[in-house]
Amino acid sequence: MKILSTHDLQAIMQRAENALRLREQSNKKIAEKSCGLTIGTDHLQILVCGGTGCTASSGHLIAEHLQKALEQYNIVHQVEVITTGCFGFCEKGPIVKIIPDNTFYIRVTPEDVDEIITKHIINGHRVERLLYIDPKTERVVSDSKHMDFYRKQQRIALRNCGFINPENIEEYIARHGYLALADSLLHKQPIDVIGVIKRSGLRGRGGGGFPTGLKWESAHKQAADTKYVVCNADEGDPGAFMDRSIMEGDPHSIVEAMTICGYAIGSRQGLVYIRAEYPLAIQRLKTAIAQAREYGLLGERILGTDFCFDIEIRYGAGAFVCGEETALIHSMEGNRGEPTLKPPFPAEAGYLGKPTNVNNVETLANIPIILTKGAEWFSSIGTERSKGTKVFALAGKINNVGLIEVPMGTTLREVIYDIGGGIKGGKKFKAVQTGGPSGGCLTEKHLDTPIDFDNLLAAGSMMGSGGMIVMDEDDCMVSVARFYLDFTVEESCGKCTPCRIGNKRLLETLNRITQGCGTEKDLETLSTLGHVIKDTALCGLGQTSPNPVLSTLNNFYDEYLEHVKDKTCRSKQCKALLTYSINPEKCIGCHLCFKHCPADAIIGDVRKPHVIDPNKCIKCGMCMARCKFKAINVC
Amino acid sequence: MSEIKLACEVAEQVKAICDKHGNLPGELINILHEAQHLQGYLPEEMQRLIAHKLNIPVSKVYGVVTFYTFFTMTPKGKYPISVCMGTACYVRGSEKLLEEFKRVLGIEVGETTPDGKFSLDCLRCVGACGLAPVVIIGEKVYGRLQSVDVKKIIEDLE
Repeated sequence: MKILSTHDLQAIMQRAENALRLREQSNKKIAEKSCGLTIGTDHLQILVCGGTGCTASSGHLIAEHLQKALEQYNIVHQVEVITTGCFGFCEKGPIVKIIPDNTFYIRVTPEDVDEIITKHIINGHRVERLLYIDPKTERVVSDSKHMDFYRKQQRIALRNCGFINPENIEEYIARHGYLALADSLLHKQPIDVIGVIKRSGLRGRGGGGFPTGLKWESAHKQAADTKYVVCNADEGDPGAFMDRSIMEGDPHSIVEAMTICGYAIGSRQGLVYIRAEYPLAIQRLKTAIAQAREYGLLGERILGTDFCFDIEIRYGAGAFVCGEETALIHSMEGNRGEPTLKPPFPAEAGYLGKPTNVNNVETLANIPIILTKGAEWFSSIGTERSKGTKVFALAGKINNVGLIEVPMGTTLREVIYDIGGGIKGGKKFKAVQTGGPSGGCLTEKHLDTPIDFDNLLAAGSMMGSGGMIVMDEDDCMVSVARFYLDFTVEESCGKCTPCRIGNKRLLETLNRITQGCGTEKDLETLSTLGHVIKDTALCGLGQTSPNPVLSTLNNFYDEYLEHVKDKTCRSKQCKALLTYSINPEKCIGCHLCFKHCPADAIIGDVRKPHVIDPNKCIKCGMCMARCKFKAINVC
Repeated sequence: MSEIKLACEVAEQVKAICDKHGNLPGELINILHEAQHLQGYLPEEMQRLIAHKLNIPVSKVYGVVTFYTFFTMTPKGKYPISVCMGTACYVRGSEKLLEEFKRVLGIEVGETTPDGKFSLDCLRCVGACGLAPVVIIGEKVYGRLQSVDVKKIIEDLE
């Protein structure tokens, strides 16, 4: 059916609210007892995470097996299986949540399904072995609201992820979805919509942090017959998956926000530029677009007004530079994704030479809720110059890998130790990398810095799109810098000399250092050349590419010095600087290392201490991994 | 460039893809995505054909194909192996994994074994960082791998 008024929308909202009521209620109250069909309730819902991480570890099979089990026990009418978007707690996936008692099961396998059904769903007893154990208190926590991982989070952009079925438009509507669109089209002038966004203080979440309202305003002011709204979903930062999770978990929020933007700037056509490597996100987005058209929320005469707007999908093909808006536009036109000088800004001359407004996925996900809850509500969250929340993909050497959303101003310490649960294996924290290949490494001394756009920049890193990689004492900062440079050199489009040649020289220098051939002079070169590239490169990629090198030089100069002067690597990562040897006192001559050494570098008879031939050793570490007696030393 | 000739049937499919997109140069990337899907790679003849259909220079098609990492001009193996080199996987040891795959298979990144069974590539983040380090072989995702697991995985596939 086509929705023609706010009244129609509210009717659907009421209808769909019933389906969501169970979840809304359990979201509010604290579950004390577990429920099952024989005690406590006659209706249950089983939420299964359908994000890429959980799907990769057979999450889809879990949903299938659950459905089959419901049929087998003849309880299909009392229990629903719902595949949702990402819950965020990827470390513990696949995740299954039982509503109404809010039981949060972790690391579920398809083999666990039968027990969940018979024990919990039918008889109301939790399956203890699948519950989360708080590593600090060592107590079982069955309700996710009590987990440290969730307690300090505030979910705005991720409000529907892990809560609604992303392939059901009515569940989105029940969460006040498309209300902002209806209100804008029926009761607001475009300039008023822009006014709300400007007052909210929302800044672009893709990395630059440019005020979104101002961007909309400049596109609005252009007089042109055709304008475009572009959603930048080319999440290229390695180790970041915020945008993907939003598109997989709440695709309608993007469709709604783009349509609102179209109304605000005077455009009839939207384009989503998305990575081809995100098949699930593409499929969910396509479903959402088709459903919105069917309901009259996209296409001709939206909500019965004269406003028309539609969305097309364009595929990226794996080029990091295409996150830069001018490069992205060239790529959408079917060309190599090379950036061009600004001005002209895309708001003046973008896609096909027409005024174009480019926003990132997370930025757009904030738009509908800002319009329904008001600019004042949004601007009351966060710091003075960075409003709202930010989604981070927390990964690396941290206990709780996952997707988190915190108010701006939260400190790195809170994120890493409270939400992230500290460093894996009780190791010592060394650095946290924010901003991906364009950002820098922050250290112990930055842990109490409140996270916002300006503070991170002042600390020598940047917000970036939200990748946050935690490193411990085993990570060599020189190799990390080399890793990022390797990425930049491969992804440089080659158009401007500083980026094409300068970064190549930086990488060569770093390679020399990690291979034990570096000199102190090389450290000077890194710093001088790095600053030249920053000052002279054409686009954002080039201008920020030396950041990983400069920030590690700044914060870990000692480590660089050890590499070039003492030719040692304290984290034991730089292979060329390592020597493997066997401790004759510990070696019992079990011959295991001998059998597994790929280079035949180990000499020795059974039951006698072995030795490593340094000329043959390829330093692969296989002997160390195999040895059961800790007899292999590396220095 | 290679000297592979396109089978008639494949050529017809490529033409149909171009027609479907109105033979518009602006649709080049979408066309290449679909064309690569046919055989898993984009041989020279296919690029020539697309250039001809879209009435643009072959150099332009080649320029786009070589610019984007998603497009490839070498055929993939029966089991295409992709090692995730995202930062999260890197700090959890994906470089060592990659070294081990190279050693066991005897090929470099971007190459295919002579028997056509395995090809080796890197990719940038599949977003399953909770499972790091991650390797994808065909459609199957292998998570939390260590280099000692590599040999067994290859042997099982063989």
